[in-house]
Amino acid sequence: MSTTERFIPDRLQSPLQKKIKSWESLLLAVAIAIFIANSFASPYFLNAWNLSDATFNFTEKAMIAFAMALLIIAGEIDLSVASIIALASTAMGAAAQFDVSTLTLVLIGLGVGLACGAFNAILVCGMGLPSIVVTIGTMSLFRGISYIVLGDQAYRGYPSDFAFFGQGYVFWVISFEFVLFALIAVLYGILLHKTNFGRAVYAIGNNATGALFSGIRVNRVKSILFLLTGLMSGVAAVCLTSRLGSTRPSIGLGMELEVVTMVVLGGVNILGGSGSIPGVVIAAFVMGLVTFGLGLLNVPGIVMSIFIGALLIGVIALPRLWEMWRK
Amino acid sequence: MQATTATEAPVLRLDRISKIFPGVKALSEVDLALYPGQVTALVGENGAGKSTLVKILTGIYQPDGGEITVDGTPVSFPTAQDAAAHGITAIHQETVLFDDLTVAENIFLGHALKGRFGLIDTARQRRMAAEILHSIGAEIDPDTRLRELGIASKHLVAISRALSIDARVVIMDEPTAALSHKEIHELYELVEKLKAQGKAILFISHKFDEIFRIADRYTVFRDGQFVAEGRISEITEGELVHMMVGRSVDQVFPKRTPSIGKEVLQVTGYDHPTEFEGINFTLRRGEILGFYGLVGAGRSEFMQSLFGITKPSKGVTKIDGEITVIRSPAEAVEAGIVYVPEDRGLQGAIRPMPIFQNVTLPSLSRTSRNGFIKLAEEFALAREYTERLDLRAASLDTPVGNLSGGNQQKVVIAKWLATQPKVIILDEPTKGIDIGSKAAVHDFMAELASQGLAVIMVSSEIPEVLGMSDRVIVMREGRIAAELSGDEMTPETLVRHAAGIAEA
Repeated sequence: MSTTERFIPDRLQSPLQKKIKSWESLLLAVAIAIFIANSFASPYFLNAWNLSDATFNFTEKAMIAFAMALLIIAGEIDLSVASIIALASTAMGAAAQFDVSTLTLVLIGLGVGLACGAFNAILVCGMGLPSIVVTIGTMSLFRGISYIVLGDQAYRGYPSDFAFFGQGYVFWVISFEFVLFALIAVLYGILLHKTNFGRAVYAIGNNATGALFSGIRVNRVKSILFLLTGLMSGVAAVCLTSRLGSTRPSIGLGMELEVVTMVVLGGVNILGGSGSIPGVVIAAFVMGLVTFGLGLLNVPGIVMSIFIGALLIGVIALPRLWEMWRK
Repeated sequence: MQATTATEAPVLRLDRISKIFPGVKALSEVDLALYPGQVTALVGENGAGKSTLVKILTGIYQPDGGEITVDGTPVSFPTAQDAAAHGITAIHQETVLFDDLTVAENIFLGHALKGRFGLIDTARQRRMAAEILHSIGAEIDPDTRLRELGIASKHLVAISRALSIDARVVIMDEPTAALSHKEIHELYELVEKLKAQGKAILFISHKFDEIFRIADRYTVFRDGQFVAEGRISEITEGELVHMMVGRSVDQVFPKRTPSIGKEVLQVTGYDHPTEFEGINFTLRRGEILGFYGLVGAGRSEFMQSLFGITKPSKGVTKIDGEITVIRSPAEAVEAGIVYVPEDRGLQGAIRPMPIFQNVTLPSLSRTSRNGFIKLAEEFALAREYTERLDLRAASLDTPVGNLSGGNQQKVVIAKWLATQPKVIILDEPTKGIDIGSKAAVHDFMAELASQGLAVIMVSSEIPEVLGMSDRVIVMREGRIAAELSGDEMTPETLVRHAAGIAEA
């Protein structure tokens, strides 16, 4: 055996160099550009209260998007998140009719979210069914229950202090939702990027068989991710219900697609294996800024969704087009 | 059919072909000539550029320099279809076939025989498929779903597929890697048939016995460069090896004086409904136990069940005398049993992830505090074990997929050694890797055993089994056919027990 000393360096590029060339940097540039364009387009844009209002465009979606990002990186998906909001909100609304405390309401919302996540986890991890089909199924199922309970009615009559979660401000223009969003972003950033659990998530997404053969408890990790996604949907349900002050069965309808869009825009590979939480944070701001800017210009909601769609395809196609152009 | 003489002009010639990947020159002005009715062996260590060359010939990569000529006319292959149109076809290392299609559909996929209205003429396809299969002596029903065939039959389908486009040049990339003894024999006969039909054959192999058995010519690459070419009859095995590695490698296995200690693993009564039955054996510290058998004898299936992947219907594992229940690989690793799988790409390594993350994946609890990653400790652990295995890589954060097969294997072994196991199971540890890495793996196995590790080696290569093992278990059709040690360990006894041939 050769005994020549051969030194293999840890890295060829410094982590900083890598960051500069990353997707997140590109996205940040896009976010700044949109910010500047908006401030020229509308005189009302650079107003602290307006900007603070704008954050409500993304805070609830982003809370779910962080959990969804981990799930998609691990090669799974949960399309039932918006329906979990509906079911959790319906449960809270029903409980509110019995004058329960605000704390109880919150626990019910989170509990229903967790239970829905557990249901998805059992079907996907326990029975080995494909998550895209399972969660399309539970998407109909969960919201269907809300429709049966509520019909064309709505639950109102939430206790007055329940309004704090969606309408309260912690300091000046900083809303409770925004603080919660920032806190959750940091927690998920640490979970994905700094822990063994996060490493396992990447390993599973890149090669689930290889991860299993490396002693990773693949099903356990995936189950936890479904539970987390359910829990975050419950958190979003609390915030959204509190902000609206009422529950209809159509609450949060179609939100799952905006959540997935946010995750993918943030640079998470829809096929699993790569992506980052900072990317999703920036993507949340990009989507929030775009919808807010267009709103100030009185662009109707339908056109906004066209805009978001075009933005998603454009930003994703950009690197590919760049490569083709260089050839 | 043309008569073949040695002085004939080549069908296909590559002239000063280069291929550059970001940061690596995979091929640097290499030459290659293929003659009708002759087998040219392409020889080189892993990373010599053989696979890149095959991809250029089949239109998957475009060369960055040089010229390809067919019958003296310059050509280019912008797509795989263009290569096929010039009669060039490849049978790959890992055959690309479709399990849920029939044999006939597989053979004609991509160039289906069309009937009226442009619809596929299934009747004619079936007939033609049967004809081609028959011509190579493969009696397979063209209507069978591929899923139902064994690996050797699948290979014959792949060959039929290659012949169905009326190929003039047939590239065989390690065609015997997954075949048993008898099947390899049949493949040789097939190659002879193809030669007789005047086809030019490029034969890529790591096995010298087969190169000398069937090749007429050789071409040697080393580190992406052309080294030499000539007639096989004018060269010796030693000379060829020397050209390949640029240094003389004695293919002698490491000499060991085994110091066998106390029993570490005891397996009793392992049964599985379909794969294996009645497996009993013991393993001691410092021992290398070889598992020999034909492909499909149930060796890998049994090992994976020991490792907690497939559930046996019954069976007891004792580690250091204590009954240990292993229901998952995670539990196996905890119990000190680790498994280096045969399928490196899928089961062994997580290729898109960096080397250091692959190495530390099962040991994360040791390189972290309360579940939080300590990068510096990760790099240190990865460095320690990859350096012990003499890994060659640009940096520790290089994705494993960028490494050659031999170096990928070193990463997988390093990953398991970092867990400080009691028993290491190596499933075909040197399959498809170059001679240099092979010797490194062999040396390393010997070193591990001498340090008191118990080693199980599953191998289909007789010299390797005999050269490395202290004891050999031969499996046949899911059962232990024989347990051999000392003087009983001869090539003849191994083959006889594996094939079920009675005492001569």
